Amino acid sequence: MVVYLDHAANTPMLPAAIRAYAEAMGVVGNPASVHSQGQNAKRMLEESREIVATSLACDPIEVVFTGSGTEAINLGIKGLYWARAPRRRILVPGGEHHATLDTVEWLAHHEKAIVEWIPLDDLGRIDLGALAAAIARDPADIALVSVIMANNEVGTIEPVAEVAALAAASGIPLHVDAVAAYGYIPVDFRTLAAAGVSALSVSAHKVGGPVGIGALVLGRATTVEPLIHGGGQQRKVRSGTQDVAAAVSFAVAASAVTTQLSPVPRGAVRGVDTARLSALRDRVIAGVARVAPSAVLNGDPAHRLPGNAHFSFPGCEGDSLLFLLDAAGVSVSTGSACQAGVPEPSHVLRAMGRSEIESRGALRITLGHTSTDADVDALLAALPAAHAQALAAGMADRVPGR
Amino acid sequence: MSGGVDSAVAAARAVEAGHEVVGVHLALSRMPGTLRTGSRGCCTVEDSMDAQRAANIMGIPYYVWDFSERFKLDVVDDFIAEYAAGRTPNPCMRCNEKIKFAALLEKAMALGFDAVCTGHYASILTDADGNKQLHRAAAWAKDQSYVLGVLTADQLNHSMFPLGATPTKAEVRAEAAERGFSVANKPDSYDICFIPDGDTKGWLGERVAPVSGDILDQEGNTLGQHDGAVAFTVGQRKGLSIGTPAADGKPRFVLEVRPVTNTVIVGPKEALAIKEIGGNKYTWAGLAPEHPDVAFACHVQIRAHADPVPAVAQVVSTTAVTGVDGTVELRIIPDEALAGVAPGQTAVVYIGTRVLGQCTIDRTVSALAATAPSLVPSAPASLAPAISAAASSAPASLAPALSAAASSAPASLAPALSAAASSAPASPATVNA
Repeated sequence: MVVYLDHAANTPMLPAAIRAYAEAMGVVGNPASVHSQGQNAKRMLEESREIVATSLACDPIEVVFTGSGTEAINLGIKGLYWARAPRRRILVPGGEHHATLDTVEWLAHHEKAIVEWIPLDDLGRIDLGALAAAIARDPADIALVSVIMANNEVGTIEPVAEVAALAAASGIPLHVDAVAAYGYIPVDFRTLAAAGVSALSVSAHKVGGPVGIGALVLGRATTVEPLIHGGGQQRKVRSGTQDVAAAVSFAVAASAVTTQLSPVPRGAVRGVDTARLSALRDRVIAGVARVAPSAVLNGDPAHRLPGNAHFSFPGCEGDSLLFLLDAAGVSVSTGSACQAGVPEPSHVLRAMGRSEIESRGALRITLGHTSTDADVDALLAALPAAHAQALAAGMADRVPGR
Repeated sequence: MSGGVDSAVAAARAVEAGHEVVGVHLALSRMPGTLRTGSRGCCTVEDSMDAQRAANIMGIPYYVWDFSERFKLDVVDDFIAEYAAGRTPNPCMRCNEKIKFAALLEKAMALGFDAVCTGHYASILTDADGNKQLHRAAAWAKDQSYVLGVLTADQLNHSMFPLGATPTKAEVRAEAAERGFSVANKPDSYDICFIPDGDTKGWLGERVAPVSGDILDQEGNTLGQHDGAVAFTVGQRKGLSIGTPAADGKPRFVLEVRPVTNTVIVGPKEALAIKEIGGNKYTWAGLAPEHPDVAFACHVQIRAHADPVPAVAQVVSTTAVTGVDGTVELRIIPDEALAGVAPGQTAVVYIGTRVLGQCTIDRTVSALAATAPSLVPSAPASLAPAISAAASSAPASLAPALSAAASSAPASLAPALSAAASSAPASPATVNA
């Protein structure tokens, strides 16, 4: 049995989303074409946009489909930065996803941006006092603030409304990275926009939709410079023929998000059951505490994503644990991945003030819509031996005495 | 699995031999390049992907293990420090000693593996009593037994070199192509992996502030200036930029580098001839000789691609020189003088095709020195310069005599992974080279 506990990296597509995807790929027509086939494709696309908009509580016109969550974040951040020229300051917490970190660093290197890192506390929450102070220093020169809604590694839910209020008080646009939050906690753009949020990024494959489509929710009043130029599709913000089939499939997953996260659940397609997920996660947390009492639960113990359990195992290398659990048929993550597969100390834990050693012994266990009690049982059955062996292996690849 | 052809084929052979194999790529740099550009450098993202593709094809799990911190400390920093101390280090040897067959092996053993399997060209044979011996590879031209000379009995017991019996690299490439590995025709890597452009002097110059100093002859006369003593290597001829020619008009070579006085000593080629070398840091590759204190005939090799030279070796007391009880060194007296021996280099002692052991050279005696050998283990700066004598670097035609089936892998490679419910990967040999 293969036990998949890395839903934050990619969660299985909903069967209905797969069927809809395959069916829609058989439909011909460019949604920008004037003829009937084009109109049909356009209808499918816009119906999908409406369903996605409903799941995010925004207007359909505010949904800009992109090729990924990363592209949405790039468009949100770079687009706002350029639209706000000549302002140069960007305020960002240190524990953001690489899609944000690398984007603002690129702007610093190539576009003269001045990036100011806002500290996190030991639970991974943004330091609102530090943010307020940073804004107060020279609000007129701030191009934007960007903040993650819920941390993809440690699962901490950020006080986005408070951040928005601080930014809005000085007329500064706020971009919200909601990729990890979407589908697991309510993402209500209308309420957030009222609080001051200008743009918000999500991705379909985190909620049971396909990889290859994301969306930037762009408030009606918000202007961004496009990254891609061409046919002027999607408010002239994101040119390129629109992917109808991916949008249709995304919409199926989005409708499941709406169903599950509505105060009164309704609709046919069921996705994540957050109450059930929270219960499974709490079993993981309690089980890990039994097996490895020295393990530290990272992130906010109360305000965290329902499917996220993130630990540091003192004396263990995260990659040793990952390898041993993988060998036992349990797929987890060290919480940070990079293209070369080279494990790096978690920059999130570093931003939370942890030492490099602590940042290397991290393991992220994330549950999703297909997770069951049996998965948790298998994890907890494999963990004692893996933990003992990883402890014995210790930090063999570390420099002794450090 | 480096991403090259050798480690890929080695892994495939280990799989076919019935071992449970897991591919491991060592991340040795925190800032890997994206694409491989030519035959130099290593650990690029492309190399990692090549290794993973080979692992995919043979159907084994694959992981990247990060040894970049250890590599920096034990290999890169050591390389800089050795040069700064006037010695000539061999970083590949250091990597085998400290990383591949130490840090990696330790971690692997702790995680339940039985052995590290690499694509090195060398053979491990087993004697009648079951002791492992390290031998030259059948592929004489590719033989890497020299850089494995630092391995001890314990390390050999947990190492596998499946390419040892293959007569040529061409066969390894052909086999890789047959197996469908995309790396079948990937260029061999040369030079020092962490100096991708091959400019060792320039690389060192960025790390050890070069301070100009004097170039002296053996009598102490100043012949010119150098722009930093570090990066000069004993035996080096080029790049000396001495204005005045030698009296006899013959080219001059670096005889010695003295970091303390920041001077480089040069002289004629004859002055490079060395009749005796010694090293107090020595190891035996496998079972130690029964009576190492009794002089024995052997061959000595002082560089990775040097010819082995007939010699007599012996472990002797150096108490009389060091004044410390119990100090010993491995002393090697070649039948004919050696040229271009530098402190810091490794002398590997062979008996036929077998690697008997090695020492790091800390002492040399000039072929013409009439005085007692000077012994200055930890003060390379004052090492007596070598003085003349007709050198001949001895051809020695040691034909590879390996016919035995190479690489006798430990027979009892039982998976020792204790994790419960082992359905997927699990197992013994990790591969890397």
